[in-house]
Amino acid sequence: MTDATLADTVAPTPQTAPAPRPRRANPLPLKWLGVAPFMIFALLFLILPTIHIVLGAFQTPEGDFTLRNLQGLGVPQVVRPFMLSIKLSLLTAGLGCLIGLVIAAAVTKGGLPGWIRDAMLTFSGVASNFAGVPLAFAFIATLGRLGLITVVLKEVFGINLAATGFNLISFLGLTLTYLYFQIPLMILIITPALDGLKREWREAAEILGASGSQYWRMVALPVLWPSLLGTFALLFANSFGAVATAMALTGSSLSIVPIILFAQIRGDVLQDPHLGYAIAFGMIVITGIANLVYIVLRTRAEKWIK
Amino acid sequence: MMGSPRFWSWAALVAGLLYFFLPLVGMFEFSLRARRGEYSFQAYTNVLSDPQFRDTFLYSVTVALFTIVLGVLIVAPTAFWVRLKLPKLRPVIEFITLLPLVIPPIVIVFGYIRLYNTSSWLPLTGTAFGTNLLLIFGYATLALPYMYRAVDTGLRTIDVATLTEAAQSMGASWFTIITKLILPNILSAILSGAFLTFAIVIGEYVFAALLNRPAFGPYMVWMGGNKAYEPAALAVIAFGITWACMGVIQLATRLSRHNRVQR
Amino acid sequence: MDFLKIEHLEKSFGTTRVVKDFDLTIRKGEFVSLLGPSGCGKTTVLRMVAGFETPSSGAIVIDGKDVVGLRPNQRNIGMVFQAYALFPNLTVAENVAFGLKVKGVGKDEREARVQEMLAMIGLPDLGARYPFQLSGGQQQRVALARALAIKPHVLLLDEPLSALDAKIRVSLRTQIREIQRELQITTIFVTHDQEEALSISDRIVVMNGGVAEQVGAPFEIYNRPATRFVAQFVGTLNLIEADVIAPETGTVRIGTTEISLGRPLKPGRVTLACRPEAVSLGAAEGRPLVLHAEIGEVHFLGAVIRVQARAGRTALSLDTFNRPDTPPPSAGDKVQVSISPADLLVLEA
Repeated sequence: MTDATLADTVAPTPQTAPAPRPRRANPLPLKWLGVAPFMIFALLFLILPTIHIVLGAFQTPEGDFTLRNLQGLGVPQVVRPFMLSIKLSLLTAGLGCLIGLVIAAAVTKGGLPGWIRDAMLTFSGVASNFAGVPLAFAFIATLGRLGLITVVLKEVFGINLAATGFNLISFLGLTLTYLYFQIPLMILIITPALDGLKREWREAAEILGASGSQYWRMVALPVLWPSLLGTFALLFANSFGAVATAMALTGSSLSIVPIILFAQIRGDVLQDPHLGYAIAFGMIVITGIANLVYIVLRTRAEKWIK
Repeated sequence: MMGSPRFWSWAALVAGLLYFFLPLVGMFEFSLRARRGEYSFQAYTNVLSDPQFRDTFLYSVTVALFTIVLGVLIVAPTAFWVRLKLPKLRPVIEFITLLPLVIPPIVIVFGYIRLYNTSSWLPLTGTAFGTNLLLIFGYATLALPYMYRAVDTGLRTIDVATLTEAAQSMGASWFTIITKLILPNILSAILSGAFLTFAIVIGEYVFAALLNRPAFGPYMVWMGGNKAYEPAALAVIAFGITWACMGVIQLATRLSRHNRVQR
Repeated sequence: MDFLKIEHLEKSFGTTRVVKDFDLTIRKGEFVSLLGPSGCGKTTVLRMVAGFETPSSGAIVIDGKDVVGLRPNQRNIGMVFQAYALFPNLTVAENVAFGLKVKGVGKDEREARVQEMLAMIGLPDLGARYPFQLSGGQQQRVALARALAIKPHVLLLDEPLSALDAKIRVSLRTQIREIQRELQITTIFVTHDQEEALSISDRIVVMNGGVAEQVGAPFEIYNRPATRFVAQFVGTLNLIEADVIAPETGTVRIGTTEISLGRPLKPGRVTLACRPEAVSLGAAEGRPLVLHAEIGEVHFLGAVIRVQARAGRTALSLDTFNRPDTPPPSAGDKVQVSISPADLLVLEA
């Protein structure tokens, strides 16, 4: 459309523009047809199912509008899983951010050889995808009752891991396992932000008398803040929605929201089909807000690190 | 400020590497312990000779292939069309492709079960064929963000709009443009998306489990609850496949860079 | 009083010697420029004085103390960078106050000092702005204020004007010099722009390939260059080939003209050089070297007229002042140009 109007105003000689002219007769239907397959696909398999769930959260089995389902979220069997999931996600996101930042900082700014940075980024790309069932198995094989480290600790160092109270099949064990893909995700996202920290800032701070920690406290961290917080939100959402790793590691012994929902979908353990909708709706709200925070902060961060 | 931070950098790196490599080592070591008292590949032979392994793995591979074809057929033309004819629609399309990352997959499959059950207008879950279809479409949805971003970036890099206009002005037909100009240049992007899709589908659990499909993911979980050493072997195999996929993707991107340099 | 002494400074990166046996003594309150092409080592010398690079050997003594073992944040030095390096998350006032805050100076004293510095650079009302809201020239002035706020005893400037456009460069370099003179602060200024160095320095160090080729006042450097490199790098130079006829009296033959330079020369061919302003149009007393030339390009620059001419095979550049009653020559004119032997430099190989 714009091409035709521009050609009209700019071209001094009446050049023949064959294609635009006849197209002007009915431009809209043909163009939109091109994205129709995609739209139908997205509608049928992404948008409609989600909307169905969201609407279902506000409907009685008869189809009337109700807030009863959402109120049903107030029971301890539902509140506790949500609290647990939130705790788990806060912890894995927080630790993932902290550890990921330290490693990313070490690799980009810590004075290490250049090839280590590229290798770490490649590895993080792979590791952030190594989630789910195989990851759980790997951790069981390493820190489980008969795991490599457990055995080595007992036979070489004489430390009985179980006696210290550590159990892989637990909240803490799941946290440790989740970090395996949270940390690489943090590294992948924060490395460009760290690259944006100009070397001259650190030198200027230093020549003005600041120590390394003062520079980080007064300049680097404030500049990184939006990126850090945004990535925290992303990691939070990532952890909140994860199912397979938990299923393979802790089974149904750890009642986090996805596990509860899974059981509910499978067999209506909560004795109320529409409660499932409400729980799913709760999940969407939480992950939706977290992702919104991430996007908003990321746009803000890009403004500073130009 | 020269010596001290470098020490801490190395310390952080080593600590990180330990955390990341020990589970891999542990997983591999554990998988070799099937025979009491000695290291062997017994667990692997057990797994590979298990008919259920072959069936579920084959099933997942087949589903993955269908998903890739579907994904490419839906994403590539759409990305191309949007870039060329509907640039204003691009933010909307991009937003839609990011939705599978925001909405938890378990919610999506929950929606499928409720929306396409036997008493609905599209009773896909009623038949095995219908459910398989649902699974393929579901996986295509999960892979959508990655597939779209890969192809879209590829198109952006070759500036498809200018390329097409130039070709058209020289009288090339649409068929020629697509097969001789566009496809070869975005081939590496499509390959990246394809292998990422493959990696996602092979190990996927939630969709397959809730739709009751005989896929590799649920098989692995079942093994985890019933066998001691075979799960570790499965994990090694799954990890190896993911690594191989990533490796091919890196190769594909490197080859495309080579093409661009030559021009 | 000698305030900053650099003695036998050496720096190698791997097997490459970037700074070779560099010596320099700077008096208190002096403004010294390090001038040279890129890669000559001038920035490396500056960074060693700042403490960002460690010398391979040599000493840097400031106010009687060898600072080589000190970290940059212990040296009480102010530095202005080419890329301004203002902290993007802090306002202008907070940027200027940064060094004071780090030292633990109290809030009231900090604010007073910030106001003082902002007034000094001529931006008293911009305290609440952020760096991205300022122009390049303003940012660099803030950077200067920030460096000087902590009352350092040495000021280092690393090509501070290179990122700015021409007009700002001229006004800002004057401003920098004025502030420096007022504060009487010992300053090292690194630049590749010889006009910049000539116009504001007390002394210039011309560097090439890691070595200081000449140290001296601008007048000295320009009129009595010690090496061919200095002669060609600073200002424009005319090169005239000549044959030595009588080495003891310094008589040479240029084309068909013979003149005596009054100093002994080595036999053989020799390259003579002179500045454009030393070449005059027309013959005159006291300028016995007369060449016949044809005018090429004439550039009327307003106050100065730059003429390109050709005398046989020698290209000559000629600068003459504009005089309202004398129109400049035209291309193709055949003229006589004259040079005084005193203005001829003999260039070593």
